[in-house]
Amino acid sequence: MSTPTVYRATRASRIAMIVAAFALIVLAAAPWWAGRADLRLMGEIFLYLSLACLWNLMAGYAGLVSVGQQAFVGFGGYMLFALTIFGGLHPITAILLAGLLAAVLSVPIASLIFRLKGAYFAIGTWVMAEVFRLTFAQISALGGGSGTSLPVGIVRSLASSRSGREALSYWLALGSAVLVIAAVYLFLRSRRGLALTAIRDSEVAASGLGIDIWRTKLEVYVVTSAFTAIIGGLIFLQKLRISPDAAFSVNDWTAFVIFIVVIGGIGTLEGPIIGTLLFFLLRETLADFGTIYLMVLGAVAIVVMLKAPKGVWGLIRDRYDLELFPLSYRIKLNDPKDI
Amino acid sequence: MIEWTGVILQGVLLGGLYALFAAGLSLIFGVMRLVNIAHGDLIILAAYLGLSTTMMFGVHPFAAALLVLPVMAGIGYVLQRGILNQTLGPDILPPLLVTFGLSVIIQNALLEGYSADPQKLSAGAIETASVSVGSLTVGLLPLLTFGVAVAVIASLQWMFYSTALGRGFRAVSDNQDIAQLMGLNKAHVFGLAMALALAVTGIAGILLGIRTSFDPSIGGGRLIFGFEAVIIGGLGNLWGTLAGGVILGVAQTIGAKIDPGWQVLAGHIAFLVVLAVRPNGLFPRVQH
Repeated sequence: MSTPTVYRATRASRIAMIVAAFALIVLAAAPWWAGRADLRLMGEIFLYLSLACLWNLMAGYAGLVSVGQQAFVGFGGYMLFALTIFGGLHPITAILLAGLLAAVLSVPIASLIFRLKGAYFAIGTWVMAEVFRLTFAQISALGGGSGTSLPVGIVRSLASSRSGREALSYWLALGSAVLVIAAVYLFLRSRRGLALTAIRDSEVAASGLGIDIWRTKLEVYVVTSAFTAIIGGLIFLQKLRISPDAAFSVNDWTAFVIFIVVIGGIGTLEGPIIGTLLFFLLRETLADFGTIYLMVLGAVAIVVMLKAPKGVWGLIRDRYDLELFPLSYRIKLNDPKDI
Repeated sequence: MIEWTGVILQGVLLGGLYALFAAGLSLIFGVMRLVNIAHGDLIILAAYLGLSTTMMFGVHPFAAALLVLPVMAGIGYVLQRGILNQTLGPDILPPLLVTFGLSVIIQNALLEGYSADPQKLSAGAIETASVSVGSLTVGLLPLLTFGVAVAVIASLQWMFYSTALGRGFRAVSDNQDIAQLMGLNKAHVFGLAMALALAVTGIAGILLGIRTSFDPSIGGGRLIFGFEAVIIGGLGNLWGTLAGGVILGVAQTIGAKIDPGWQVLAGHIAFLVVLAVRPNGLFPRVQH
């Protein structure tokens, strides 16, 4: 009599992990082999990858489709400036503290906008982001509507040489991307992740099984907000200049992120990674066309949503039964010969 | 005192414009549970169509509306049947993301076609004309806008409850499948609803263009004002939407009176207060 075994990791996922580990070593050494412009581009890629993974966790798993994540990107950026300029904190301490403050702030915000359902929730998050933008534009100590720059002394406190600062900022971006992906992966593999996946598949059934939907969604919202603020701090640490329009830009921090996730494959961990690569590939080849490029991006997102709603990764997964991050359970019926 | 009465009156009249932004949004949500993220950009598109029409034929913006409205309605019908109908279903993601993509496309197409320079529709003497009410002076254009808003909402209300088309709208709204079994083609009914919504959007776009200058980037802001009016008034109640627009307009003019930088913020705060106190809006639809 054979007993079926349940397993998660597959050969493909083990190979993927080994390849990823090697890639990580190569990428971590980038300051020694990459040029200045490439380093900057790769840093930006990792920050977008982090934002995409976070948005994917909210929209793809918790069903919280937000078009207002720029609220927390901008908040993190502004907190970096405020806490270093007025609080005298080290930039990295300031960024971590910004994450904590964002988590605290996101609870009352959630209690308001969670009253809106579905698409109305989306626009509600946008209103919140506008409230943030208009409020920070009123703070004259931070430059009001025209914004402010990070003082040279604070920039120097990171590292004395310019190449040292660029390397540090790159490692922070790489580290945050690895941390976010690992955190989302481990979260989804945990008991709570299972609850979240159940909510994604059917809210009614999940609540019938005793899952507290409101609370699970709140947890996701709070954690995502905190991480998004940290990424926002890192983004503006790279830019060294902040203004309300740049910090709370719906195009830069939400539209692009949504395109990345939709094109790559929403509701999968691999999707945002593929999407980020495709997005930057498109951007680097079409960026000269400006507005046309954005129209192409919008059209691609619409076509993907209509024709292949699971995105590029969804197509690959359905075709080859591939899963690089082993999240689902597989059953193996033991072969009688083995007994 | 008289000063504040003037401020509030201006807010009420501004609310008429916001109700026009909101009416189309409210209509399509009521009929097919679709929230159109591109709604604000469609308002701006209508304003630019009005601009092109006035320039091309040298006509008054109100005359341009005779062309813009049918064109917007046509765009609405084609958009609904060509793209949006495919997104409708139990999952809220497709309509949301598809209209979001549309919003980006419209915005950048306008940027490509008309550049980022602010434009304005010139309506001649009516822009500065005013009438005196007691000791108050009221601009004729805001008054006219408010009148149009009331007329539009009254006609939508009448159309919804007293015509065969409205019966079709209500039928697919209540139960799509049974409406289909009763011989209504829901794809066509949805197309008509979107056509009607975008015709209203056309009116809103032209009145917006006469009132203030506009550029391709301001669509998102108009969507938010319309959305706030809908939520403040209560989902699915057209007269409530007008009241919501008025409350939003008054909050904004009071905010602007205190500090010009506070105009929009005051409107958002009024919205959040309503959301905190009455999550279903002030005048939610009575369940029949």
